[in-house]
Amino acid sequence: MIERVCVIGAGTIGSLLAAHLASVCEVSVLTRREEHAAMLREQGLRVSGKHELRASLHATADAAELGDFDVGIFACKALDLESSAARLEGRSPSATMMTVQNGLGAEDVVARHGAWPIISAVTFMSGIRHSDAHVEYELDTATWMGPWAQTKTSYATVEELAGRIVSSGLEAEPMPDLLPAQWSKLIFNSAINTVAAMTMLPHVALFAKEGEFGDLGRLVHGLIDEGVAVAAAAGVTLHDDPWEMNVLAVARGETGHSDYAHRPSMLEDVLTQRPTEVEFITGALVREAGRLGVAVPLSTAMYRLVRAREASWQLTSPSEPVLS
Amino acid sequence: VTRVCVVGCGAVGSLFAAHLGTLDDVEVWAYDVVKEHVAAINQSGLRLTGRAEVVAKVNARTEASEVPPCEFGIVATKSMYTAEAIAAAAPIFADGAVCSVQNGVGNEELIAEHVPRVMRGTTFPAGRVTAPGVVQMDTAGDTWIGPFEDAPASMEEVEALADAMTRGGMPTKALADARGAQWTKLIFNAASNPLGALTGLTQGRLCELGATRSLISGIVAEGVAVAESLGITLDSDPEALVDHSAKVAYDHRASMLQDALAHRRTEIEALNGGIVRFGSDNGIPTPLNQAVLALILGMELAWTSQPESGH
Repeated sequence: MIERVCVIGAGTIGSLLAAHLASVCEVSVLTRREEHAAMLREQGLRVSGKHELRASLHATADAAELGDFDVGIFACKALDLESSAARLEGRSPSATMMTVQNGLGAEDVVARHGAWPIISAVTFMSGIRHSDAHVEYELDTATWMGPWAQTKTSYATVEELAGRIVSSGLEAEPMPDLLPAQWSKLIFNSAINTVAAMTMLPHVALFAKEGEFGDLGRLVHGLIDEGVAVAAAAGVTLHDDPWEMNVLAVARGETGHSDYAHRPSMLEDVLTQRPTEVEFITGALVREAGRLGVAVPLSTAMYRLVRAREASWQLTSPSEPVLS
Repeated sequence: VTRVCVVGCGAVGSLFAAHLGTLDDVEVWAYDVVKEHVAAINQSGLRLTGRAEVVAKVNARTEASEVPPCEFGIVATKSMYTAEAIAAAAPIFADGAVCSVQNGVGNEELIAEHVPRVMRGTTFPAGRVTAPGVVQMDTAGDTWIGPFEDAPASMEEVEALADAMTRGGMPTKALADARGAQWTKLIFNAASNPLGALTGLTQGRLCELGATRSLISGIVAEGVAVAESLGITLDSDPEALVDHSAKVAYDHRASMLQDALAHRRTEIEALNGGIVRFGSDNGIPTPLNQAVLALILGMELAWTSQPESGH
């Protein structure tokens, strides 16, 4: 029985999971910062938007304070996964761990730090983090979960956890083989996130417009075609057509709210000059393409551009331009 | 006396207008829509600072209809304003020859829709307007002009204009085929300018980082293939220009990066957009140029469609 859940990392996705799950089981949250944990202990965790609720839960920044748990959900950013998994080394050996990071390779990182069975997951829900103790539930789309083949995770556990998540009010769907869904999301994410990060545009209708040379839809489609070719070379049959996902997401954004368009996380990172997850998303795709011998010039270009944008933040301002 | 009218008297236009204005045998007119700049030029002359110290008499107007017929025109607007500017100024050149000294490709085609004889031009000198009537010249350099193939000015006209520009202090070469010079600069600009705008990196850093340097080479290679398909012989290797620029302008922010920082419309349509269009006409694929074109246009949309205060 899944009675105790530990959520590692209380960003947007972690906060949404923790706050909802707290209504159906015992939830503890492991944060990086002690003041974040203290605020959660004092104020609880508020959800607004699609759902309105306030959850009280256990929170700590010290992994040693965590009791045993049945399921651990790594909800931190891909960039923080290595250090988060290291903090849990040796803890709750009988637990099952779930990763929800964008991109590829999260399961391998966790597996390096313990023999836990691992559940792979991709999530399509989204939110806006207003403070350490307040998150807005934005897109109420599903989290897909499946057993990670390398750890012989039982499918019954996946189904049970999905059931818990659904009974807590969020959308979740168990599937015996997650790879088709994981790759669909990887390809979609790689295209949408990098284009949003470079243009500073949220996911607007232009991402699906292909009429003119300069329409972004042509670039997005080209990026997606490259990703589909890599998936095919890897022997993965996609769960969803990533281009259709793009068209649908844009249509939903437009019809749902006239002023609404989702801001992909890489755009948020660029706007706040934080390191992005490009290495785990587009970087992983480009490396996989290289291993399989598939040419991905557009994905490579986007990967390089995002890395170069990140590099520009580490510099002091250049001296005033002397040429124009 | 030869009459010359500069259309678009911003930084580059002013460099030509002021230098030509120092000649006794040339009467310089300027058509520009910026009222303060025009008023200052008429009141105190057009002043250059920096690499040139010049004050010249220039007759500036905000209405093209107030400019008398001229033998020569020099179009120096940003490329997105070419069509509008030459449509208004066309009567001035009913019997004149008009030379573009603008960035990118496609300007001469637009000019030829309105005037009988056109010259293709490429110029390297650059500067910026520092106050109404005052332009700082930051870079000196050569200019190449030649007849525009579809609506050619005569070689005599090309040589006469090149001679006046050179005597005025803007060294200019008259060429029978000026496409090589134009495409060399086009490819160089298309490869480095948008990458500066997209990444925020200075010219030197762009060329230093492996990621962006290889991207530059990819964009250059597509441009070179398109130029070859058009039968154009480049007058130098754009790759060499890139490496040279990294040395002499390490801290320089590409003009498109300056546009991006100021949220101004860029000249992407005349740069990578030009390479994409000519490539498409000749069956040459240009996926990287197309990607960069779409990204910069998307970036421009982001400036205009989102409230500044949102984040």
